[in-house]
Amino acid sequence: MAERPAYPAAHPAEVRVVSQRFGDPRAATLAGYLDTGGYQALGKALGLNGGEAMAPEAIIEEVKKSSLRGRGGAGFPTGLKWSFIPKGGDKPKYVLCNADESEPGTCKDRLILEYDPFAIIEGITIAGRAIGAQRGFIYIRGEYRYVLDIMQRALAEAYAAGYLGANIRGSGFSFDILAHTGAGAYECGEESALMESLEGKRGIPRLKPPFPAISGLYGCPTVINNVETLASVPPIILRGGDWFLNIGLPKNGGPRLFSLSGQVRNRGVYELPLGFPLRRLIEEVGGGVLGGSLKAVVPGGSSTPIFTAEEALGLNLDYDSVGKAGSFLGSGGVVVINDRTCMVKFALRVMQFYRHESCGWCVPCREGTNWLQLALTRFHRGDGRPEDVDLFTDVAQNILGRTLCPLGDAAAMPILSIVRKFRSEFEDHLHGRPCPFAAESSAVPVA
Amino acid sequence: MSVFSPATRDRFERLAASYPQARSALVPMLLYAQDELGYLPPEAIAEIAALLGETELAVREVIGYYSMLRTAPAGRYHVQVCTNISCMLRGGEEILGHCQRRLGIHNRQTTPDGMFSIEEVECMGACAWAPALQVNYDFHQELDPAKVDEILEKYRRQG
Repeated sequence: MAERPAYPAAHPAEVRVVSQRFGDPRAATLAGYLDTGGYQALGKALGLNGGEAMAPEAIIEEVKKSSLRGRGGAGFPTGLKWSFIPKGGDKPKYVLCNADESEPGTCKDRLILEYDPFAIIEGITIAGRAIGAQRGFIYIRGEYRYVLDIMQRALAEAYAAGYLGANIRGSGFSFDILAHTGAGAYECGEESALMESLEGKRGIPRLKPPFPAISGLYGCPTVINNVETLASVPPIILRGGDWFLNIGLPKNGGPRLFSLSGQVRNRGVYELPLGFPLRRLIEEVGGGVLGGSLKAVVPGGSSTPIFTAEEALGLNLDYDSVGKAGSFLGSGGVVVINDRTCMVKFALRVMQFYRHESCGWCVPCREGTNWLQLALTRFHRGDGRPEDVDLFTDVAQNILGRTLCPLGDAAAMPILSIVRKFRSEFEDHLHGRPCPFAAESSAVPVA
Repeated sequence: MSVFSPATRDRFERLAASYPQARSALVPMLLYAQDELGYLPPEAIAEIAALLGETELAVREVIGYYSMLRTAPAGRYHVQVCTNISCMLRGGEEILGHCQRRLGIHNRQTTPDGMFSIEEVECMGACAWAPALQVNYDFHQELDPAKVDEILEKYRRQG
């Protein structure tokens, strides 16, 4: 379980869609969920409320219209992903919910799982209806045990009330969902590694193509979506794709959750319209930088290239704007860094993570992350050589694009951007000089 | 003779039957086995392998991959301290150091009485409430050294 104080009221800038039930302890019960508009979207999709059932194609069309893009990291258009599933065929089809949230800086799926488990169950069921699947799985990271317990209670309630199982509420549609625990592995958040893990194996990635829509779990057509993505589906079906799209920007539909962490006053998870200015997130919603002035911002989890303060303050938080600026919106994990933080140390801690999490299958990632961690450790303590700085870039370049899965890129991109944008800090560590920031920790304690 | 309690053994049989392929139950089974036994001894590995019709080697290969699974005992209270970026920026390394000094052990060690063990871990999804640690499965967030002392004392009293 988690100790948690009362959930904060919405900031005026927030548009609470997937976070609409956050803080409501009744929402994790079926009665509370039904009282707050739950299962109306499934009712609409299956024609349970007297209306006509939506055709599967119509569900996919509505999701396409919403311009919902994946909230896990890659930002792929959800409706398009669903449309890749072949119609008919003899093989069973599967819907997987990726609840293996582990990207450093990201803590938003945990809140949906904790406060609104039925929204995820409803979203998966609608996705199953849309692609012709009869079975879904929720892969929850092993550390989130209390969340697994919440989800299993919710699933049991949904079954007991006929919202899952055979012939859901008399609709003729049957669907099953199983909650599954991982056991500690960042790599299992990668879709093909997650499928390997769900098949009871080591979570090593698969060579693509074939993509999961053709050959996924057990070699069958599979849709895999992030928790937040699937929780966005019921509101889209209920209120329409246009409504969702208009909250955000063209091709960037809806609001999304941003996990705001690091050296900023009001940390938290905020649901903001796509296109929201990063400056306002830090200054207005976040209440400003703590312990110094702004030095850098990670926009979308630890794997996304970093921005300097100047770049960050002119940036809008939507997929395309962040992409044009040379990074990714990723998982929406915004990490704020003040000017008393050593960027060499920061790069080292990021690399330590990727070395630990590299599954070891692809040589460039396995060897590159290991070498970079060792060299950055030596460099940070003052034993660097002038040629090391270019060597960091060279090694990272040789990981980039040379691995089966994106973990290699995730390890390479931060170091490349940090060396390029904060090169002078690397040079300050040379010639046996100890870390110029080492006199005191830049960490800002909890007030 | 099973190394697991009858309830756990039943649960495993149900789990294996609940997936399209029984082997899918392997990772959850290993974690639940560890919850009951504290770690994964050879007898548990052999029993799970037999239950799923897999070789012990295949099971060990899977155990070696997942960071939460262990084949040697840890403390009764396994203190997992996050030092990843969002925690580091808010004092996660200081919290790790504080735990080590308080318990008199280093990372990946267990106190002589078997009560506590410490592990520096990667991001646990508590970034906005950093610094954070988990004791077994319980999250403790927005920590400072005094709060850590209270938490450790609470577990010590529980025995």
